[in-house]
Amino acid sequence: MSDFLSAPYVLQYTYTRSTGPVIGRFLESLRYGVLEGVRTADGGVLCPPLEYDEKGEATTGEFIQLRPVGTVKSWTWVPEPRKGHPLDRPFAFALIQIDGTDNAMVHVVDAEKPKRMKTGMRVRARWAEERNGTIRDIACFEPVLPYLPGPVHLDYDVRPGQHYTAFLRGLQEGKLIGGCDSQSGKVYVPPRAADPFTGNPTSEYVEVADTGVLTTFTIIRIPFEGQKLKPPYCFGAIVLDGADMPIYHLISGVPYDQIRMGMRVKAKWKPREEWETSLENILYFEPTGEPDAPFESYEEHL
Amino acid sequence: MAEQCAVVGIGQTKHRESRRDVSMPGLIRIAALEALEDADMTFKDVDAIVIGTAPDMFEGIMMPELFLADALGAAGKPIFRVHTAGSVGGSTAVVASHLVQAGVHEKVLTVAFEKQSESNAMWALSPAIPFQPQLVAGAGGYFAPLIRSYIRRADAHPDTGCMVAVKDRAHGMLNPHAHLHLDQSLEEVKAAPMLWDPIRYSETCPSSDGAVAMVLVNQQQAKRVKNPAWVKGTSVRTERTFFAGRDQVNPRAGQQCAKDVYDQAGITNPPVEIDCAEIYVPFSWFEPMWLENLGFAEEGLGWKMTMEGKTKLGADMPINMSGGVMCTNPIGASGMLRFAEAARQVRGTADQHQVDGAKVALGHAFGGGSQFFAAWIVSSER
Repeated sequence: MSDFLSAPYVLQYTYTRSTGPVIGRFLESLRYGVLEGVRTADGGVLCPPLEYDEKGEATTGEFIQLRPVGTVKSWTWVPEPRKGHPLDRPFAFALIQIDGTDNAMVHVVDAEKPKRMKTGMRVRARWAEERNGTIRDIACFEPVLPYLPGPVHLDYDVRPGQHYTAFLRGLQEGKLIGGCDSQSGKVYVPPRAADPFTGNPTSEYVEVADTGVLTTFTIIRIPFEGQKLKPPYCFGAIVLDGADMPIYHLISGVPYDQIRMGMRVKAKWKPREEWETSLENILYFEPTGEPDAPFESYEEHL
Repeated sequence: MAEQCAVVGIGQTKHRESRRDVSMPGLIRIAALEALEDADMTFKDVDAIVIGTAPDMFEGIMMPELFLADALGAAGKPIFRVHTAGSVGGSTAVVASHLVQAGVHEKVLTVAFEKQSESNAMWALSPAIPFQPQLVAGAGGYFAPLIRSYIRRADAHPDTGCMVAVKDRAHGMLNPHAHLHLDQSLEEVKAAPMLWDPIRYSETCPSSDGAVAMVLVNQQQAKRVKNPAWVKGTSVRTERTFFAGRDQVNPRAGQQCAKDVYDQAGITNPPVEIDCAEIYVPFSWFEPMWLENLGFAEEGLGWKMTMEGKTKLGADMPINMSGGVMCTNPIGASGMLRFAEAARQVRGTADQHQVDGAKVALGHAFGGGSQFFAAWIVSSER
């Protein structure tokens, strides 16, 4: 094949088009971001306007301003745009019937994915930023969605309160602080203003161990928006030795199929120099290797 | 109480994953108009409106009742918002019934809704707040450890949760309003992946858009219809999420809510005197847990009722004839859907999922960390 000779050749010339009174007005209106149709002799409306309709009659020259919104009557997807195509990303060529008209306009729909295209879908014109009186003054059409983004943004200053602060200050020192209801003797970790069951203050602080019993747990395998940890991960309820209610934390350092209710666990702390006022000072709880606690010993905490 | 209260109108939307075809006001309007038509009433006849939906963060709208007032014909009338997390649909109906029973109003429209497609409940339930690791992963993440505790404590058959899913989805096939219409075998349900071990994908409720409405009236106004559902008892109970010695599997607030509502209705033996029940089961394992909490089974034996098929339509104690929350879950509406389905049963208007001759039914809802409870007993007899 290398015997054949070849050389590149470009045939290129800019012709001059007379737009006539109807198309000319249509294009001039586009320059100002206005979409117009023309009335036909039998009372219909064409957009894009034509000088002569499909019955061979001259259109009336009466222009009607239209909302730049329409319905896709037919479409074809262009997965790999070529040089000279109106968009540089995949798009659809579509026949779009502008609301209030009787014909359809060939144009482009910027829909990202073919599954977003549907005959009958509603589209609106996206105007080009720079307009110069051509059909490309409509950059493309885009889907009209029946919903809007509704952003909510709330700025908080989280103040953990007197008792939770005592808990967090303890964590900074590598200690787990609980609050004791002096009447019932129940120890709440973290401490709180009062035992919600008795109503008594739990203002007497006691230190509890960083070991305890895993009473129950789950293994999270579902991803979700805003998730910080990568699933799968296990978290469980741990009743620390000396506490009367569970805290929740991650369980690790053991294969998931070996995690058991009643397992004895111990806190795995971050290196001391990284300690802050946060429960995140504990990376996770891991098995101590001691025998499991009997079910009866922790059943009241479930 | 000064007055007796009856349900004379019930309406609901077709529940779907996404009702993008309607706005939030449009959604509640469908249910409200259907309930009013059922009651042979118009908005003009309504004295007051009681509305309930899930926590504001679920839909990201603060006080939605204000912008929904016009859609409910509430201009110039009292409108009242109820706010009790997942149980809200139930407690909303209870508040509405109290307005009638107290003689404050004769005719009350009550509405509950949720448009989950506009929001992300998983995100709303899983905040990453300062000073602590982000652990909880949605409602399933919270409830999965409780379910594990139940299975261990009751030594329950491991297939129980899957049996409930198969049964509720089969019931949902009979309900044209239900979101999910899934004909699933036990094998298919068991083969689904674990999302929050021990909760499988198939053992979880869907996310739905939907609304439900009821018209509650006094004895005088109940003559409008031939088949009112009489409210024989209502109760709401709450307990704290965490306290030492709290039983999260069989919460005391739930037991007391049930006892209160049975006492008011004169019920001493629930499984015998109640013909059917719609209970709030967002994860299938909650059926056996609530069967025990509500007194339909001895503690530790709820799972046997399920495994023996006693909770199916046509069996001794039909539970969630409509398909329940396992088929339809517009969170704010889910509780009121239970209450409304109970009323439909005793009115004899439950169509394909009607329990033959149902006279007394329980509607039940719960929310939060198994801490908010609401229930009512409705009867075909005054």
